[in-house]
Parts: sequence; structure tokens; C-alpha cells
Amino acid sequence: MGMKWKGRISAICYHGFILIIGLIMIYPILWMLSGSLKNNTEILNGSLNLIPPAWRWENYVTGFRGFGGIGFDVYFKNSFRITIIATAATVISSACVAYSFSRVKYCGRSIWFTAMLCTMMIPSQIILIPQYILYNRLGVVGTIIPLVLPHFFGQAFFIYQMMQFMKGIPRELDEAARIDGCSKYSIFARIVLPLLKPSLITTIIIQFYWKWDDFMGPLIYLNKPQSYPVSIAIKLFADASSTTDYGAMFAMSTLSLVPVFLIFLFLNNYLVDGVSTSGLKG
Amino acid sequence: MNKSKSTKRSMRSIINNDITVGYLFAAPFIIGFLGFTIIPMLTSVYYSLTDYNLVIKEQWVGFSNYFRLFSDERFLKSVRVTLIYVFTSVPLKLAFALIVAYLLTRKSNMVSFYRTIYYLPSLIGGSIAVAIVWKELFATKGLINSIIVQLGGTKVSWFGDQKFAMIPLIIMSVWQFGSSMIIFAAGLKEIPATYYEAAKIDGAGKLQSFIKITLPCLSPIILYNLVMQTISAFMAFTQAFVITKGGPNDATNFYALYVYNQAFKYYDMGYASAMSWVMLMVMSVITFIIFKTSNFWVFEEAGS
Repeated sequence: MGMKWKGRISAICYHGFILIIGLIMIYPILWMLSGSLKNNTEILNGSLNLIPPAWRWENYVTGFRGFGGIGFDVYFKNSFRITIIATAATVISSACVAYSFSRVKYCGRSIWFTAMLCTMMIPSQIILIPQYILYNRLGVVGTIIPLVLPHFFGQAFFIYQMMQFMKGIPRELDEAARIDGCSKYSIFARIVLPLLKPSLITTIIIQFYWKWDDFMGPLIYLNKPQSYPVSIAIKLFADASSTTDYGAMFAMSTLSLVPVFLIFLFLNNYLVDGVSTSGLKG
Repeated sequence: MNKSKSTKRSMRSIINNDITVGYLFAAPFIIGFLGFTIIPMLTSVYYSLTDYNLVIKEQWVGFSNYFRLFSDERFLKSVRVTLIYVFTSVPLKLAFALIVAYLLTRKSNMVSFYRTIYYLPSLIGGSIAVAIVWKELFATKGLINSIIVQLGGTKVSWFGDQKFAMIPLIIMSVWQFGSSMIIFAAGLKEIPATYYEAAKIDGAGKLQSFIKITLPCLSPIILYNLVMQTISAFMAFTQAFVITKGGPNDATNFYALYVYNQAFKYYDMGYASAMSWVMLMVMSVITFIIFKTSNFWVFEEAGS
């Protein structure tokens, strides 16, 4: 009897503790959500209350109008274009390279593989400046080319993850297909690629997040408001309206997180598995 | 007729040759590696020895950019604040990640829900939206200050005072411990329950078995998280750019932010290149030290 009560009390303490800390953890996010439905005085009165006194959906309308005559529809379209091109390019090119490194035997393979491992260690900011100079010489600064082009060359991090995954695809399948007359190309297309699906999905999710949130790239390479993605637009919106309309600013911030949340909601299991098996991201 | 058939066959054998297939599939990486990694790195070395502003042709200046670094007070301060940021935020973040991951090993069907909640901040933490929320939370009239006042304290000028400006940025980084936590959680699952049972029989308490079993078994994962988080903390940019703009008085002028300003605000490309090479060297030295000391604290199971 005593033991049972003790266990129950400890369980209540445990769940209560975890929940309270968890609430503190996500409080800033909830605060943003509720702020997107409040006006300035309601946001600034310092109340911890998350329920808006009146649900001011008009913040979303005001916010969506954007600034300088460009609405957020343009920024969202830009973000989707950059993100989708970059993500598709990363998945396809990385899968090809991973196949070459893990399933084909040829001279020089180990050198290129080592080179790939080395590029994972090089912080991207080291080559940022020379790359900028290069793109500047090519005359493509101001377009989305510098933001998407590198993705067509495979991303070392994802190549490595896919290679790890390919280890688990039995080589006997390749062998059987070869005996049946399949070339290396159709082995890739018909056997390896379909079996690689979980790894491809993880890559899509993570690359989508990274590109969607990318701030420094567009900041450096884009110079016209019509071509800005959401990340830059929100920063400018906040700078321009920080003294006037907090509600609209939070509304647009919330909206910018919707694609990320949606993907998380639907593909959560893939992601958590992917993150824990591959161990990635800051 | 016969000839064309044989050329066709030899064409096919070339196409299906392992070398052709291998290089064809690896081509994206090889082109990208040479064109967008090796060539930029080599030119970066060259630019770091010149004075170049994108408009006028670069002027060879030898090592003077590197010498200039050591007399640049702002540079030295940015190294100092970056090191403070890295050495406070990374250990705190990993400690939280490990403690929470450990707490969530308890068998309960709520655990995956809890894990999602604790993971959320690191899912969206890199976004501008969160940086803007952070800026407002810690504003002079912000929520944090009103809580402090309600508790009887006085308002803190978080972003106006050199002493405090780094604190919101460190809290923001620690707050995003979720992805490290998930990696730790995966590692904790791998530790055989028999270890803990044996320890319990031998009379070890919870804390003792945490120190004697959990930590050593997790040490390779701790090393991995430590290296990854250190590298990403060194490159911290967006938070400082959006929230503090490096101020006040350069108190949060992180290395990456200073490089960015030199390159894209003052267009001092040569100097910025020199700075990024020094950054790479500092990071390599620190990573090297971490790996060297890991011999003493990372416990590798034989055969794994």
C-alpha cells in the first residue's frame, strides 16, 4: 500500500516536473502565436497570459500586405522556389554520388571519398568570400543561381548518410539483377533508389529546413526586394515596423514557420529516426 | 554491317564499364569539389594576401592583412567574445541535453510527446522568426523584464549593457538542446539494461550508476556532440546579426559577424579572407585539442 502510494506520488512529481519545464521551453513559441492575435498594448502589458483577449486575425491581413508595395505572397513564392530547387537538386545529386562511392569499384574512388569527408570538416564560411568573388565575376550575384547551384553537386553530409544507409541494402540484390542482365544504371534506378526511400525522405526534410531558414545566403547574394525569401523579408519587416505593429510582425513570423511545422507533423517519425541514426544539425 | 555491330558492342562495354559508371555518378561531386571548394580555397589564400574591394583590381600586400589582425582591437575583442560564447553555451547545452535525455528514458507512453516538446525549439531555432521573438522577449519593455519587476527586481537593459548582451544569446543557444538530446536518447537506448541491474545488485545508487555506467557508455556520443556543437557555435551569425547587431560596443560581435561586416559592409575582401583563414586555424586547433584529450575520457568498447 505504502509502496504503491510512493510510486504514484513520484510519478506525479515526475510528469509534473517534465511538463512544467516543457511549458517553459515552448513558452516563447506560444507567446509568438498568441502575440500574432494581439495588438501592441496587449503584447507589451507584460502579462504572461497566452489567450488573446480578442482574436485579432486582422494582424495576418495587415502583415500579409508586406511593405514597400510587395506582399508576403511574393516572398513565400521566392522561398518555395529556392527551397524546392535546392532540395530536389541535393537529393538527386547526393544519391548518385553515394551510389558511385558505395556500389561501384573503380580507380580513384577512395581519393574522392576522402576528399568528400574532408569537405564535411570545412566550415562553409571559409569559402564564402572566395565563392562570392567567383559569382561576382560570373555576373550572377542578384540571382538565385548562387543559392541553388552548389546543391547540384551533392552535399557531403547527405552523401555520407546515404552511403551509411546503402550499406544495409544487400549486395546480393545487385548481383541477382546483374545476372538478369541489368546494367549498373538500371540497378541504381530500379533497386537502390527505391530501397533508399527512407534516407531520401530524411534528406528532403532536413535540406528543406536548412534552406527555408537560410538567412546568410540570401542576405549576401540577393539585392532586390522582389527576389527576397521570407527569412529576409521578416527581418526587414521587423526593422521597419518594430515601433508600430508587433501583432503583424508576429503574425508573419508565425506564418513563416508553418511549412516547417507541417513537414514536422507529417514526417516526424522519419525525421526523429533520421536525426538519431545520423546524428546531425546544430 | 558487322563492323557497326562490333562498334556498337564496344560502345556499350565502355558505357557499362565500372570506371565510366563510377565517374559518371560521382561527377557532380567531383565538379563541385574542384570548382566550388578547391579553387575558391586556393583563391582565398591568394586574396588574403591582397587588398581587394571587388571594384579595383586586387593589390598584392603580402602578409600585411595578417599582421593587421593582431593590432585590430575589434578583431581581438571578437575572438574573445566568440570564445566566451562557445565555452559557455556548448557545455551548458550538452549538459541540458544529457540530463533531459536521461530523464526521458523512463518507461511511459508520454515520453515521445515530451521528446517532441523539447525538440521543438531546436527545430525552429535557426529561423529568423525565433530571433525576432527573442529580441522582443528581452527588450527593455519585454516580457522577461516585466517578470523580473513582478518578482521585485529592477529592469535590465539586456541589449544596452555590455555585461548582459551575451546572456540572451547564450540562453537562446542552450534552449535549442533538442537535437543533441535526441542523439543522446538514441545512445542511451543502446546501453544494456544488465549493466544497471548488475550495478544495483552491487549496491550502487542512481547517481553512482549514472557516473560509472551512463557517462562512459555515452562518451563517444558526447565527443560527437561536443565537436559538432563547438563548430556550429563558432559560426554563430544570425542570432547576433538580427538580435544585437554585434553591439553594444562590440560585446556580441561574433567572429562570423565581424568577417561578414568586413567583407560585405566595408568590402574589404582581402582582410576578411585573412580573418576566415585565422578562424579555420583556431577552430582546427580547438577540434584537435578535443580529439587529443578524448583519449583520456572517451571509452570505446572493444570490437565496436
